[in-house]
Amino acid sequence: MSGTRDLKLLGTKESLFTHRVVWALKLKGIEYEFIEVDLLNKSPLLLELNPVHKKVPVLVHAGKTICESLVILEYIDENWKDGYYPLLPQDPLAKAYARFWAKFVDEKFYQGATAAFFSTGENRAKGIESVAEALQVLEGEIQGKKFFGGETIGFLDIAVGWIAYWFQFVEEVGDFKVMNSTKYPSFDSWTKQFLQVSIIKENLPPPEAVRCVFVGFKNMAFQAKNAEN
Amino acid sequence: MGEEVKLIGARGSPFNCRVEIALKLKGVEYEFIEEDLANKSPLLLKYNPVHKKIPVLLHNGKPIAESLVILEYVDQTWEGASILPQHPYERAMARFWAKFIDDKCMSALWNACWSKGKEQEKAIEEANELLKLLENELKDKKFFGGDNIGLVDIVADFIAYWVGAIQEVTGAEVLTKEKFPKLFEWAREFINCSIVKEKLPPRDHLTGFFRIKLEAPDTLKYNPQVR
Repeated sequence: MSGTRDLKLLGTKESLFTHRVVWALKLKGIEYEFIEVDLLNKSPLLLELNPVHKKVPVLVHAGKTICESLVILEYIDENWKDGYYPLLPQDPLAKAYARFWAKFVDEKFYQGATAAFFSTGENRAKGIESVAEALQVLEGEIQGKKFFGGETIGFLDIAVGWIAYWFQFVEEVGDFKVMNSTKYPSFDSWTKQFLQVSIIKENLPPPEAVRCVFVGFKNMAFQAKNAEN
Repeated sequence: MGEEVKLIGARGSPFNCRVEIALKLKGVEYEFIEEDLANKSPLLLKYNPVHKKIPVLLHNGKPIAESLVILEYVDQTWEGASILPQHPYERAMARFWAKFIDDKCMSALWNACWSKGKEQEKAIEEANELLKLLENELKDKKFFGGDNIGLVDIVADFIAYWVGAIQEVTGAEVLTKEKFPKLFEWAREFINCSIVKEKLPPRDHLTGFFRIKLEAPDTLKYNPQVR
C-alpha cells in the first residue's frame, strides 16, 4: 500500500537506538525487513548507507536512506500519518516540548551515562552527577502523567524508553548506581508502566544479550586504553 | 490579534541569529530582549531553567528553547515562506544535516579556527572532512534548501558568517575559496540574502569581540552559552 515491502531497517538486536525505530514501526503496524549488522566489522552496506556516521539504525525506504534515530522517528511519523498511530502530538507547542526533552535525554543523560560507564576519576564522577541531575529533571516532567505522551506512549516515551530497560545493565556493567525508586518515584512508576505496554514488552532484547554487548564495550575500551599506554 | 512574541537572545550569537532569520522569513513581529550572558537575568533563568541559554522564544508567554526546536516551531506555527521542505524524506534530510552541523561542525570549526600548532593541524584536518561532506551535499544548488534558503542554510549561519570573522582575526584558513569553492560561494550568497543581511550582527562587532577573545585564551574552549 505505501511500499512497506520496500522498507528495511539496519540495526542490531541489542542496540537501544535501533529499538526506538522498531517500536515506532510496530506501533504504526508497518512491515519491514530487519537487517542485522556486525558493528565490529562494519559491512560495506552500512558504510555505503551511512557514510557520515557509520552507525545504526539506518532506515531504507524505497531505496532512500534515513539515519539518526530521532530523525527516523519523525520521518516514520510524517510518512505514515493519517490513520496511523501518532508518535508526536499535533499541537506545535507540545511537539516542541517533546523534541526539546528528547534532545535533553540524548545529550545530558546519555552523555553522562557514557562518561560514567567508560571513564574513570573525575570524568566518571561528573558523568554520574550529570545522570542524576537529568533524572531529577525527568522526574519533574513525568510527575502527574502516566506516560510522557499522555494516556498512551509517544515520541518522547520511545526516546526515553532505553532508560527503562538498558540503563540497569549500563549501571551493572559500569559498576555505578544512580537509579533509585525512592528518589525518583514518578520516573520509576513510568518505567514500570512503559515496560508493560505490549509492543514494548514484546520487543526487548534478552538481558544476557544486552549484558554481553555492554561487557564487550567495556573490554574493548579497556584494551584500547592499554594499547595507548 | 493579541499575539505576543518575544525573543530572549544575544545579537552576537549565531544561534540567536537563526531564530531572527526564521521569524523575519515568516514576517512575524516580535520584541527582542537582549540578554547579558555574563549576568544572566531572572527572566532567562525562569524560561530556560534546564539549560539557562539563549535563544528562548516566548509565544503568548510560553517558552520554547533550543534553536533547532524553535525553528521547527516557527515553521509549523506561522504561514509564509517554508523553512523545512514539504516531503517527509526531504524533511528528514534537512533535519539530518541540521543535526550534523550542530553536533559535529560547530565545535570542530571553532577549534580549527582558534587552536595553534600541531593541535590546529589536527583540528583543521577534522574540519576539512566535515566541510567536504557539506560541500558534497550542496552539489550544484544555490542553497541547501534549493533556490531559497531553508533549515540547513539557516542552521549553517555560523559557517557562512562567523567563521569568516574569526579567520580574519586569527589568520586561520578553515573555509577558503580554494579549499571549498562551492561552500564559499554559498556563504557569499547566503549572507547577501536581504533577510539574512538584515539580521546578521555587524562584521566589525564580531571581529572586535573576537579580538578580545584572542587576548583571553582561557575563554576559548568551545562552551557556548547559547543554543
